[in-house]
Amino acid sequence: MRVVVDFDLCESNAICMGIVPEIFEVRDDDFLYVLNETPDESERSKVEEAVQRCPKQAISIED
Amino acid sequence: MDSTHTTVVVGASLAGMHAARTLRVGGHAGRIIVLDADSHTPYDKPPLSKQVLSEGWEPEQLALHVLNEDLDLELRLGFRATGLDLDGRTVTGEGPGEPEVAFDSLVLACGAAARHLPGTDGVDGVHVVRSLDDALALRSDLEASPGRVVVIGAGFIGAEVAASCRTLDIDVTIVEVLPLPLERVLGAEMGEVCAALHRAHDVDLRLGTGVDHLDTVPTAEGGRRVVGVALSDGTSVAAEVVVVGIGVTVNTGWLEGSGLTLDDGIVCDDTLLAAPGVTAAGDIARYPSKRFGQMLRVEHWDHAIEGGEAAARRLLADMKGEEPTPFDPVPWFWSDQYDRKIQLAGRPLPTDEVQVVEGDPAEFRFVAIYGRGEQLVGVLGMNRPRHVMQLRRILEQGGTVEQALERAASF
Repeated sequence: MRVVVDFDLCESNAICMGIVPEIFEVRDDDFLYVLNETPDESERSKVEEAVQRCPKQAISIED
Repeated sequence: MDSTHTTVVVGASLAGMHAARTLRVGGHAGRIIVLDADSHTPYDKPPLSKQVLSEGWEPEQLALHVLNEDLDLELRLGFRATGLDLDGRTVTGEGPGEPEVAFDSLVLACGAAARHLPGTDGVDGVHVVRSLDDALALRSDLEASPGRVVVIGAGFIGAEVAASCRTLDIDVTIVEVLPLPLERVLGAEMGEVCAALHRAHDVDLRLGTGVDHLDTVPTAEGGRRVVGVALSDGTSVAAEVVVVGIGVTVNTGWLEGSGLTLDDGIVCDDTLLAAPGVTAAGDIARYPSKRFGQMLRVEHWDHAIEGGEAAARRLLADMKGEEPTPFDPVPWFWSDQYDRKIQLAGRPLPTDEVQVVEGDPAEFRFVAIYGRGEQLVGVLGMNRPRHVMQLRRILEQGGTVEQALERAASF
């Protein structure tokens, strides 16, 4: 599983960070950083929730 | 699960589509039929007041991502539901296909419609922004570079439309009947900050005044076109375009007499169940929130997804013989205005005590918290998403003002 963020769409709403802070982090510069682009399979349901909840539909999973 | 069990979802917007998705992902084996009066491919609504107006986004850029998944849903678009027979288990309606749609389970997610200014229907240049067609019609008028747009109502839709117009370098007047924008949602102090944000972008803000009537002229086609807005304070504003953002009314008219309990929404229990095998979600669902100690009906984007998912899980629990779980999230929303992102978590009242815990409202970059006694009841941020999300967690855990202050001290 590979986490892909379309940074042209991302507006740093930080919803993903609220759901999986281990993977997504919005820093003081207001930009989103993906801390782990290839998380463990056990994180899949959380990452999927972040995909569903992103207001900009900016996150996707590539298998 | 029973592959002959059919679920009908009324409403193919966010709540309905996420309900359908959750049903299928959760093991619903039978038909899932999604009905919607709107004939466009199901779309996301937040960009309608922003990217569609000021960045030229096209309809295909708005398509809900749920549509990319292989969920075997039967979409019937352009089909307007007009009646519900709970005993006979059918929805009737008008549009393509058979007028009667039979169901075993039903999700009602048919949302709300924009309120219109009385007596303005059919007047050229007067708009609401609720559907894709609304937004495209407004965009078409904005492309003609009007001299001034008057926005009636300084709520979130009005504020976002005003910001989009300023981005397009169109002059804007906002008319708001309350003394401050968003005063009922954010309180006076933060309403003042929102007013200042508009003024900083050269918006002519007319507060504490309503609309008396619209000035119109005849058109060559025999209709009428707006040329100005006469305000209740006796002044008037010339306008080639008027955008009305004065709230919504729930789409429950077709459910009158169906046996469901209606009260500015469909009244549900704490699991979003409205009747046996029938749930409601999104703008239309009114449910008892233990967290807030009151009946809630919430019109937020995120709440529509969560509600859609919960309404589906409620039905799945019945199908699987499992214990249903209550639906009681912390409401949350965002609003993009100019280059600012406003986020609010919780449900504060104007009477709650507000304090800024980070940043400076004068710079439109800050975090404020709302307290009711010791209890933390809301978190507001402007261009501070990270901090809002961190404080939202405390809110979700039912935390105190003091806990929020402690957390904020480490920002």
